[in-house]
Amino acid sequence: MTLAFLNDLLGTPDVASEHGAQVKNMAEVVHWVMAVLGVGWGIFVFYALWRFRAKRNPKAIYSGVTSHFSTHVEVGVIVVEVVLLLGFAFPLWAARVERIPVDRSKAVKVRAVAEQFRWTFHYAGPDNSMGLTKLRSITSANPIGLVEQDPNATDDFVSVNELVLPKGRTCVVQVTSKDVIHGLALIPMWIQADAIPGKEIPIWFVPTKTGEWDIVCAQLCGQSHARMVSKLKVMEGKDFDKWYAGQNPLLPKKP
Amino acid sequence: MSSHASHADDHGDHHHDPPFWKKYVFTTDHKVIGIQYGIVSLLFLAVGFFLMMVMRWSIAYPDRPIPFLSSMPWFDSWLDNEARVGGDLYNMLGAMHGTIMIFLGVVPLAFGAFGNYVTPLQIGAPDMAFPRVNMASFWSFFIGGVMMLASFFMPSGAAKAGWTNYSPIATITDTHFLNLLWTGGTQWLLAMVFLITSSLLGAVNFITTIINLRCKGMSWMRMPFFVWAMLVTGFLLLLAFPPLEVAAIMQLLDRTTGTSFFIPTGLNVNGMPMDAAGGGSPLLYQHLFWFLGHPEVYVLILPAIAIVAEIIPNNTRRPLWGHHTMVYSAMVLGFFSFIVWAHHMYMTGMGAGVTTFFQTVTVLISVPSVILITSLMISLWGGSIRFNTPMLFATAFLPMFGIGGLTGLPLAFSELDLHLHDTYYVIGHFHYVVAPGSLFALFAGVYYWYPKHTGRYMNETLGHLHFWPSLICMNGIFAPMFLQGMAGFHRRAVDGGAAYEQLSHTPALQWLGLDMSMIDLNIVTSASAWIMAIAQVPFVINFFWSARMGKKVTSDNPWQATTLEWATPTPPPHGNFLTEPVACRDPYEYSVPGADTDFTPQWQPDPSGTPEPEESPVHH
Repeated sequence: MTLAFLNDLLGTPDVASEHGAQVKNMAEVVHWVMAVLGVGWGIFVFYALWRFRAKRNPKAIYSGVTSHFSTHVEVGVIVVEVVLLLGFAFPLWAARVERIPVDRSKAVKVRAVAEQFRWTFHYAGPDNSMGLTKLRSITSANPIGLVEQDPNATDDFVSVNELVLPKGRTCVVQVTSKDVIHGLALIPMWIQADAIPGKEIPIWFVPTKTGEWDIVCAQLCGQSHARMVSKLKVMEGKDFDKWYAGQNPLLPKKP
Repeated sequence: MSSHASHADDHGDHHHDPPFWKKYVFTTDHKVIGIQYGIVSLLFLAVGFFLMMVMRWSIAYPDRPIPFLSSMPWFDSWLDNEARVGGDLYNMLGAMHGTIMIFLGVVPLAFGAFGNYVTPLQIGAPDMAFPRVNMASFWSFFIGGVMMLASFFMPSGAAKAGWTNYSPIATITDTHFLNLLWTGGTQWLLAMVFLITSSLLGAVNFITTIINLRCKGMSWMRMPFFVWAMLVTGFLLLLAFPPLEVAAIMQLLDRTTGTSFFIPTGLNVNGMPMDAAGGGSPLLYQHLFWFLGHPEVYVLILPAIAIVAEIIPNNTRRPLWGHHTMVYSAMVLGFFSFIVWAHHMYMTGMGAGVTTFFQTVTVLISVPSVILITSLMISLWGGSIRFNTPMLFATAFLPMFGIGGLTGLPLAFSELDLHLHDTYYVIGHFHYVVAPGSLFALFAGVYYWYPKHTGRYMNETLGHLHFWPSLICMNGIFAPMFLQGMAGFHRRAVDGGAAYEQLSHTPALQWLGLDMSMIDLNIVTSASAWIMAIAQVPFVINFFWSARMGKKVTSDNPWQATTLEWATPTPPPHGNFLTEPVACRDPYEYSVPGADTDFTPQWQPDPSGTPEPEESPVHH
């Protein structure tokens, strides 16, 4: 379940992934901290402005505030920040980037390859082993540069501008680019990563809801940046398996 | 400067009537240079604002032709067939809005204009330490600015790869033009080299001036907070800008001579392998850029805090609360600003170790920031507050900067960046810091120091007409961005995020009783921006009208202030002070118990005898 009052007030989107709820909860907690500080400061400032206006208080007080209340507030802020770092930020991020699920044979493996202005999603195929790719091997028929000699590559297939994933299974997406920097933003999954040429950035998540959403490009990538929109489709596991089995390999069958 | 009087005489002998171009154009007088910086940067702020107004049309009404501009002979060549703003034009406007506002607007106004004009006066110096370097700094800035503007008129148009100018997009954009030198991307890099050079020259000058040219009695802790902020800002510019200058030159080589500092192996552009050696790293550019980029944020905000720290004691008629603590905080802030840069890059595949460091220091930097803003707020307590226009802007700075600072907190955490990175939430956050934050402080500074130079106050009624609509519009522009950002709207979309329509949850707006979706907020923001433009008209009128017709000041110290700039004649002559100034006490001695008036200026001799400086400053 998610803590929701401020999140609802701010209009955050629904969560459709396992870890998304944690991110959303953290957003709620941090916004409460901000709200308390902001409202507290606001009351102080407006009260001071009213109480000490020249008409009401013609003679200023040289010494001003002598209590150490502000020091206590400052210490309080530090304590809260330490809690946020140790309790939320560090462990949650470590779970995202250090503890990518070990049992990867069962995970759905996808490479998200960006270019101006579309996404090509490269699936590992029935053997669930990702074929080798090389930027040099890119041709119009082989837009991701699969290496023909690699046996793992023969059953790999691609899906252009449509990322299809199953509900309830771990999905590992390697994000990369062929030309400039793009960004893969999966808003309902509460995750995103830059697509940087020459670098593969892994993200992983477990979808918890079926549905269809837009994927947008998160980094300025040129003229049609705003129109670089793809689809994210999350299906029930058996529907996904049927779809997966029905895809044709990218490389032509060797005679 | 053994005797200030004889120094002033020297000036009298040599500079009786310098020709116009030497007095107002190629001048070495810090005050005239300050005014030059001020006027040029205000013009650039207007240009940057205009670019943004065009962008806001496209964001609010992506399908409709743009009004007014579509019939302008030069501008219409940029529009698409249906007179709408296309992707390339939008990217150009966006890149140049950021570049102009930061490097040609706020920094030169804060550091170049106010820093130049006020710093030597506040420390009792006759001028900057290196007047000719000061002139070189201004003209280098001016050349950089002209190059940026001129690039709009080239066949390619101006740079269009974002104000961050990331590689590889910056390197490959507009390379199909035959003469690469005359393309926006190349001109941007060359202009940046001039602008950075200008900042470096200024930084060296400020640091030397503040260390060496303080008058008798002006010990470190008797320096007003404004001077301290300039010193810290000087160090930030001096140490942060060189890496960007290097990066700009390296990127220039990548673009024009085919090197691959920032180009990885095997780049494939438009389905064709790119003709480059490869082996470089796009991330290296990001590190170099943000190593400047983050300290630059504090270059934008420290002078603003400092202006507010001058105006609040003056109008509350009591000392600045925690003056020394604020000085130490500014130093700590300056130091930390150098080691937080990678929080701009959480989405580039960072592991747990690196993010642990950068999240920790990012959160730590909030501590000196909170000390600075709470000191300013606590300064209000016990005052006898008068609300003139400078004070209105300075007061509004507090909650506006507060919102900007607080909304930085979620962005400090890499986990929340999974959702918020590159969304409108980020735009709202940093604009609250630099627009209703820094800009309000800068407006406050214009209203506050205007009488020193012109001998006339700016008009209060026009000041109110400027302030209240601006305050409302600023919030109308930037508050909706937090809602859109939390909803997942990403920045830099020419159509204002048409792709997010399906994500547009509306509880926030329903709470307010509004029947609109998140994407409709674009119209609220855009309308606020256009009304905001109208709200600046009173300021422009006031600025020119008051110079001739404004209410005359009756003394050299019209605000009854305590710092040394008010000890000079109005306007301060070449050489500034008529007699050698001596700082006899702390800078903010307002409402001292037992004193005759509610202000005891720094230069007023102690009635109990000769002033005894608490430490011996450098003599010159």
